[in-house]
Amino acid sequence: MNNLFVYCEIEDGIIGDVSLELLTKGRSLANQLKCKLEAITIGHKLTGIEEQLFPYGVDVLHIADDSRLAPYTTLPHASILIKLFQEEKPQIALMGATSVGRDLGPRVSSALHSGLTADCTALEIGSHEDKKAGKIYENLLYQIRPAFGGNIVATIINPDCRPQMATVREGVMKKELYDIHYKGTINKLNVADYVSDTDFVVSVIERHMEKSKINIKSAPIIVSGGYGMGSKEGFQLLFDFASVIGAEVGASRAAVDAGFAEHARQIGQTGVTVRPKLYIACGISGQIQHIAGMQESSLIIAINNDPEAPVNAIADYVITGDVETVIPKLIKYYKKNSK
Amino acid sequence: MSLNILVLAKQVPDTRNVGKDAMTAEGTVNRAVLPAIFNPEDLNALEQALRLKDQHPGSTVTVLTMGPFRAAEIIREALYRGADKGYVLSDRAFAGSDTLATSYALSCAIRNLKNIDLIVCGRQAIDGDTAQVGPQVAEKLGMAQITYVEEIQSVANGIIHVKRRVEKGIEMLEGKLPMVVTINGSAPACRPRNAKLLMKYKYARIPNELQVSNEDYTTLCNNRDFLNIGEWNANDIVCDANELGLSGSPTKVKKIENIVFQAKESKRMTDSDTEIECLIQELISNHTIG
Repeated sequence: MNNLFVYCEIEDGIIGDVSLELLTKGRSLANQLKCKLEAITIGHKLTGIEEQLFPYGVDVLHIADDSRLAPYTTLPHASILIKLFQEEKPQIALMGATSVGRDLGPRVSSALHSGLTADCTALEIGSHEDKKAGKIYENLLYQIRPAFGGNIVATIINPDCRPQMATVREGVMKKELYDIHYKGTINKLNVADYVSDTDFVVSVIERHMEKSKINIKSAPIIVSGGYGMGSKEGFQLLFDFASVIGAEVGASRAAVDAGFAEHARQIGQTGVTVRPKLYIACGISGQIQHIAGMQESSLIIAINNDPEAPVNAIADYVITGDVETVIPKLIKYYKKNSK
Repeated sequence: MSLNILVLAKQVPDTRNVGKDAMTAEGTVNRAVLPAIFNPEDLNALEQALRLKDQHPGSTVTVLTMGPFRAAEIIREALYRGADKGYVLSDRAFAGSDTLATSYALSCAIRNLKNIDLIVCGRQAIDGDTAQVGPQVAEKLGMAQITYVEEIQSVANGIIHVKRRVEKGIEMLEGKLPMVVTINGSAPACRPRNAKLLMKYKYARIPNELQVSNEDYTTLCNNRDFLNIGEWNANDIVCDANELGLSGSPTKVKKIENIVFQAKESKRMTDSDTEIECLIQELISNHTIG
């Protein structure tokens, strides 16, 4: 009872990275709270799924396995979580800030009348004093998230309602194995006890999923462009540069909104968080919401014609000049010196 | 078959174009300098509703918003584009609502509207980016939901077909009405204002605006009922006052901080050939690249 739960997403029998990242975070929070880490998987043909999960330190794994539970639809997954949470009374429930977690989380929080904080960028344990009521709360989950388009960061708490629910985007937390020999226990749910026929009013007729070819999250070098690249054609310069030095191309929200690059390349609070060994920001002014997604890069080079661009403050090297001039020179001297 | 469609919309500060003056010296948000706009994805949702109305003659599109009285601006905006009727839900009792208290108030207001077949709203609002109110309204009304929808393909005999855009691809779904559908920003943009509708609804007002306005449109609105935008407060909906506003919000804001990044000591360079070659040589020699 009162443990920490993580809802784990499954695609083609593989647990999503975002869920493994949450288990990693959940394990360390559970250690701090001295409670158990419990995981929930809902889907079909889940035999052996525990092998992917136990190494992340899962103490109890709840499995709901039924042909009607995959692919994901809202109501049956929500019904299972709602009833399971009513029985198990978790103190914390985490899920990915994905199209699944952001669909499911609010539904479950509404039914349980518990608070849910979307898209957290940090989760911590702390206390809270309600001076008006003269109450002190210990071991609350601090749900830290950007707000107002990323211009401020808010710490949200749920003092009285349980579970304390939060979603986190993929790539925000680090994924780390806890112990490859770790063994938890399995609790197979009798699905019929948790869902009813009325939960199946929506059905998936067709799915076209592609393996994303863009993988900026694990690229060691990222060449990233902002609105200052001027156009989709301007972005071609970045692709040329990236292919020469073996990098992946990223983009700021402004560049994606303007249609210069696809959403899968977006770096920042509303995109992906990256930690490459080299990050080259080209024509990016450096709005807070972008910086939050790349500030942990080992080395940052900023190329901008504005010497006062905010991104310069966190860059190791600041090149003041036009991207159209600087990037071809970088390509030229890389080719010259790399041989 | 004619449809009774409800669009949920929100007036939001335009956080996409935040300039240097958007934050006050004390680190709070300077709302006064940010223009209030129709939440972008709610406009995508309005377009989907209007397309259904085009396909199903006799359908009505009603728009409901919760916010201050000035949110009547977005109801007029929706009327100019083809909506039939609008309501503003406004009360001080709603102040400080988190998503759960907001969806509670909205769901109580929606019960005032009878026989809704379909509720559409934007996936999320740009001031909070939570994407929670749509699903929470659906739960409170006991309706099914489909989120991240890019296109409502058809509605026939109480069955809806939609295309859903998720991270790695698309899904086609079918579901039974009534239902809440939230629309993704990748859906078609909303049609522009219609000149005739702009003329027709230019003076559409909520009662509160009629009271405070210097120009008196009361007679006009009395004579032309379509100019009356509905205005509801907490007394006009059947609700539990404890579930509204701050007291109905399980989440509390503990603190708000301005984001300050640790500034590094940067090496400043020009775009001269010598300096750039020097940088490249350094990066190669310390194995950062190459």
